[in-house]
Amino acid sequence: MMDSVSSSSATVADKSVKRMQICRAEYRVIGRFVEQLRPTRQCMKTLQTQFPHLPPSTLLSIFSQEYQKRMKRSMARHHAPDVIKEYYQRYRSEAKTRPAAPLLLELANQVDLSPALLARLIVECFLEERQASVASRHVLNNMLREPYLIPDLLLAKHVEQCTVNDCCYGPLVDCIKHAIGLEHEDLLRDKLRETNLSFLDENQLRAKGYDKTPDIILEVPIAVDGHIVHWIESKASFGDDHSHHTYLNEQFWSYCNRFGPGLVIYWYGFVSELDCQRDRGILLRDGFPSDIVTLCQGPARGRV
Amino acid sequence: SQTLTHGPTTPAKTPSTSRSVRTQDFSDRRGNKSTPIQTSRSAKAQQHRGRRRSGGFGGCASGRQTGPRGAVSEEGVRWDGGGRRSRGVGRIEPVSPPTQVQLNFNNLEDFPPVGAAQSPPVATKPSRRINPTPVSAERPNSKPKSCFISTPLSLPASPPAIPESAGAKLTAGSPHSLQEERELLRKERYVWAVIFSLNNIPVSMMMNLICLLSIYVHADVLEKAYLGNVHNCVYFSVRVLENQFELVSHLDKCTLRLLSENERVGTFSSSLKDHLAQAQENCTAKVSIIPFQPATDNRSNFSSDRAFHTFKKQRDVFYGFLREWEDSHKEPGWDFEAALGSRVRMMVSQLTAAGSHSHFARLFQKQLIQMCKGPCVLGSSSDAPDADLLGMLGADSLGRLKRLQQRLVQPQGLIGPCPPPSFPGHQEFFKCFLQTASCCQLNQHLKDGLCQQLLKLDEVSILGPDASPARGEETGDGDMEQQVRRFSSVLLTARLLAKFLGFISFLPYQTSELPSRDIQDTAITLRSKSSPVLDVCAVLRSSVHRRRTILTVPWIVEFLSMLDHIGPLLPFYRTALCLLLQIYKRMLLGRGGELCYMNQLLMVAVLGWLFQIPIFPEDLFFSTDLKEEVKELENITSSQGLDTLPLVDQQLLYTCCPYLGEFRKLLAAFVAGSTSKSGGLIRKITPTSAELRGPSTSRSQQKLQVDLEQAFFHNQPPSLRRTVEFVAERVGSNCVKHIKATLVLELVKGGEKTLRDSLGLEGVNTAKLNDSICAQLCDAGMQALETATRFCSENAPGAVRVLLPLETSPSVLTTAESITTRLATEKACSWLSANITTLLKREWKSAFGRVMKSVPSSVRLSAGSSCVSDCTHKVPLGSEVMIEIKSDHKPCCLMFQEVLSVAVGPRSEEEAYTVHQIESLLYRVGQTLGCRKKTDYLFLIRQLIERGLLGEEEVGTNWPKFKTLRFEAGILTNHFLMAFLVCSCRSL
Repeated sequence: MMDSVSSSSATVADKSVKRMQICRAEYRVIGRFVEQLRPTRQCMKTLQTQFPHLPPSTLLSIFSQEYQKRMKRSMARHHAPDVIKEYYQRYRSEAKTRPAAPLLLELANQVDLSPALLARLIVECFLEERQASVASRHVLNNMLREPYLIPDLLLAKHVEQCTVNDCCYGPLVDCIKHAIGLEHEDLLRDKLRETNLSFLDENQLRAKGYDKTPDIILEVPIAVDGHIVHWIESKASFGDDHSHHTYLNEQFWSYCNRFGPGLVIYWYGFVSELDCQRDRGILLRDGFPSDIVTLCQGPARGRV
Repeated sequence: SQTLTHGPTTPAKTPSTSRSVRTQDFSDRRGNKSTPIQTSRSAKAQQHRGRRRSGGFGGCASGRQTGPRGAVSEEGVRWDGGGRRSRGVGRIEPVSPPTQVQLNFNNLEDFPPVGAAQSPPVATKPSRRINPTPVSAERPNSKPKSCFISTPLSLPASPPAIPESAGAKLTAGSPHSLQEERELLRKERYVWAVIFSLNNIPVSMMMNLICLLSIYVHADVLEKAYLGNVHNCVYFSVRVLENQFELVSHLDKCTLRLLSENERVGTFSSSLKDHLAQAQENCTAKVSIIPFQPATDNRSNFSSDRAFHTFKKQRDVFYGFLREWEDSHKEPGWDFEAALGSRVRMMVSQLTAAGSHSHFARLFQKQLIQMCKGPCVLGSSSDAPDADLLGMLGADSLGRLKRLQQRLVQPQGLIGPCPPPSFPGHQEFFKCFLQTASCCQLNQHLKDGLCQQLLKLDEVSILGPDASPARGEETGDGDMEQQVRRFSSVLLTARLLAKFLGFISFLPYQTSELPSRDIQDTAITLRSKSSPVLDVCAVLRSSVHRRRTILTVPWIVEFLSMLDHIGPLLPFYRTALCLLLQIYKRMLLGRGGELCYMNQLLMVAVLGWLFQIPIFPEDLFFSTDLKEEVKELENITSSQGLDTLPLVDQQLLYTCCPYLGEFRKLLAAFVAGSTSKSGGLIRKITPTSAELRGPSTSRSQQKLQVDLEQAFFHNQPPSLRRTVEFVAERVGSNCVKHIKATLVLELVKGGEKTLRDSLGLEGVNTAKLNDSICAQLCDAGMQALETATRFCSENAPGAVRVLLPLETSPSVLTTAESITTRLATEKACSWLSANITTLLKREWKSAFGRVMKSVPSSVRLSAGSSCVSDCTHKVPLGSEVMIEIKSDHKPCCLMFQEVLSVAVGPRSEEEAYTVHQIESLLYRVGQTLGCRKKTDYLFLIRQLIERGLLGEEEVGTNWPKFKTLRFEAGILTNHFLMAFLVCSCRSL
């Protein structure tokens, strides 16, 4: 897991080397390939060897999103009460016979469920069993975050194995994702300052009472690739069809409807066909643009 | 007679105005209008009314349907009614027939065929049989040619049975000499031209023009129908056009070109052709969103969190609809109601629940203006010399491209000169939205907002801070241009808003058919009780009083064009329509009224259109209600107002009256030849290679800069933009004033000095000197641009800085400063580069004159050129010539004056010169002039001109020769003598 994180921050620097815009056809190939993968670092290695021309962080992001879709699809199957009960019983019985083995990880692998999600189900069952009541969400989250709060030490160890080895779910991944997001917003602000562009950030906007706030609003608009940019939204993920459409409806169109055309940076790349709303005011990039045109200062440009 | 019962059918307006009905309307009115010449106004009106009534005022639909059709056939036009009209005209020619008879249109004898005008027995004329073919309904894809013809040419449809007048055979055996026919036509076109100039007739001017052009274009097909032959047709229309030249000359360049290039014009009137060519020269054919503004849009503007958040969603939903509409409304079978109906209503119901209608109404109204008003870009000077280039790729490109796109994409259907009101482009979205939403709360809020903004726009000040509204006075400094732009923007916005206000206001009363009389009466009684949404009458009266009709009338026309069937019958709206009618009647194009010509033209065009669309109750035409009131109103107007300013330019005229484009289409159809074969009009779009300077990258860069500048203001408070525009405007104007006062003055002073210095030298040719100094000055004048740039960069930033809030962020401030500087510079430079040369020339001319007057004449008597070849320089001095004639000493020029004064008289007997004396004098003069050392012949002539003794035009053609002649004594003498003799003879 930490591997992927460090590698992801490394790719921010060398993204110019590796292409991050993927056509839809290629994306489908990757999508099919990751169907068989589990959210482990070994699988990530496999993925990287399969698509060596893509940055590891891009691959991780793609896998993570595809995997989440997969989990959502199979949610009902895993969350049926009898299924949960069965998983719990299986864990219980195996914990007696071979407690040292990575029981929950194995089970997760077997039934193709995210280890962190499985751990959550098991802890839930455990608490229910002990307290004979439904555990509060808060308690549950705390236990997942800090497994040694779980009264059963063996279970705590297995839960920890799960949350640490799952590169798609779990408190650790949530934390990492959040951090990456902030990191890139910060990166964006640094780049803007480097380029001497003055802007208002989300917090300043909220203070002014805006109802929808992109990460950045430029005080003086710029042009990228011939398109006017009023606002910039930073997305530390890969822009696939699903996530992009969600973002469009929830965020990007709203920004457009309030501030005019803008720029979305998918730091980990995007499906190239999605960049089709440029004329409608949404421009996609996979990094901070180097071809910014600003409003020239001074009257120099005045006459032909 | 029985045959004419169909004829002057009155086109009582029915809701479903088909083309044929229109056609009928038109032709009917045209039929009427040939009367006014011989009858007094009131009698005429009476007669019209009478005719209308008799023609079946209630609307004999069938008559109307068949009438025009009968007049037109697919293969060629048979202009049945034409004969009758011409007959009428033939009889009422104002000159020859000594006794005028009251015309009876129903009497065939009063309206004999053209050929019969002078050879009475109609029956003996071979008649032409025409089988009428019904036009419109059976020919859904009516071809352009027949469209045209069917519109303007079918005169008050005489029934098919009427014997065809002036047929081909008739022409062949025509009793008229060519001369006689011409005479006839000459009178007729005079009649028509008079009719034209008087608005006091129920006919839209545009209809007339279209009609004329149609006659003209379709002369060949008309040939056998009416005017005898193609030549007569063309002669007729060319002459009328000639009489109405001023009107024609204000049409767009393309139309004028088509007209002037038309060989027929050249053949029949070379002077019209020349005029047209000249007019062409003179022709200076000059989705974004509403940003979130915290000041009006943040939480504190909403009554509750819920309202705030609902509105947050509604804004996005609304734009979602707009995008969806843009994407799909052109697809076949797409229907607003079916595709968006339920979602629109859902959205509106959520608004109702949250009580945030007012916010949405504001957004709606702003978005409407933004999308539908038409392009109006900051700081674009479309008639600056470089504007063609900059315009193509810069600020104007949007508008231009849009117009080009429209030409390419929109079916070039012939909408006719009076199309019904419509909602073109994005307006359709807004209209459909309102219809579909059908939400009374929303409509009420919209009405409030629209009314408020309309009245605000109506009051808006167009004049710049220091512009003098006095008529004829040049405001100079580009202020006028600014005003024209501002006016255009205000007027277009007002018209748009007025149309929607009318739409919403009369929406509840719209019915597809004219209700029956009973229902009408009930409705009138019912609706007369409630007060109208907007007191248009008061607004109109006030606008007449304050001379702002050019702004008010066009938007009120838009508002009233939305009236429902009952609306015009309500006393209130009837009054409004009467007011408009009286304003129209009192406005005579080009008759030295207070209005500028283009202003008048716009008013006449929009009013004419209103009177022609179906809702206008035609009995109103003859109403004299309010006549006195309007007269009085006009008499007590304030002395200054918008009406006296030249605010309407050609682009505005065509934007407001797209139907004027019909002329172009008509002529284009002619160029395209037989369009019926090719199945429609050929769209002629000439690709022009703009003389683009610099590589394409720099051009797109430039465009991008313009876009960025526009974008900059987008998310800033509106006051920022206003401040920048205002400061730029003022700094630019001041810059020009400053340059006039400093640079120009200095340059001219320098020129004066050079002139004085050079005049002292021997052998200086003042004419050449004048030219060379002037050229130098003009060259030096170019430095004005540099000076202007410097002036603006020095003064604009400080001015903006002072006016913007202290809290403005540095980058915003810097950007605002640089935009202001650029705009100011652009304004100043574009004015200067267009005018500095003229200005300098003018200033120099007067300076030159001043210097020349002040310099002793001896200096002036310089000769740059050599004397006549055999000159011995021994000829007498000018004064000596004088001595020979009269024995006192006077300067040369006085001698002439003396001779002239004697010639002109009063004189005593002994003062008279004999022919011999004059000849002798002239001989001497000739000798004297032959020697360049002795006198400045130019000066003599100039003196003569200055004293008004010699017409400049008389010298005019010879002037260049005078100046450049290598002096063959004979030539010079002859020229001069000629001029002198002309002058003398005139006096004698």
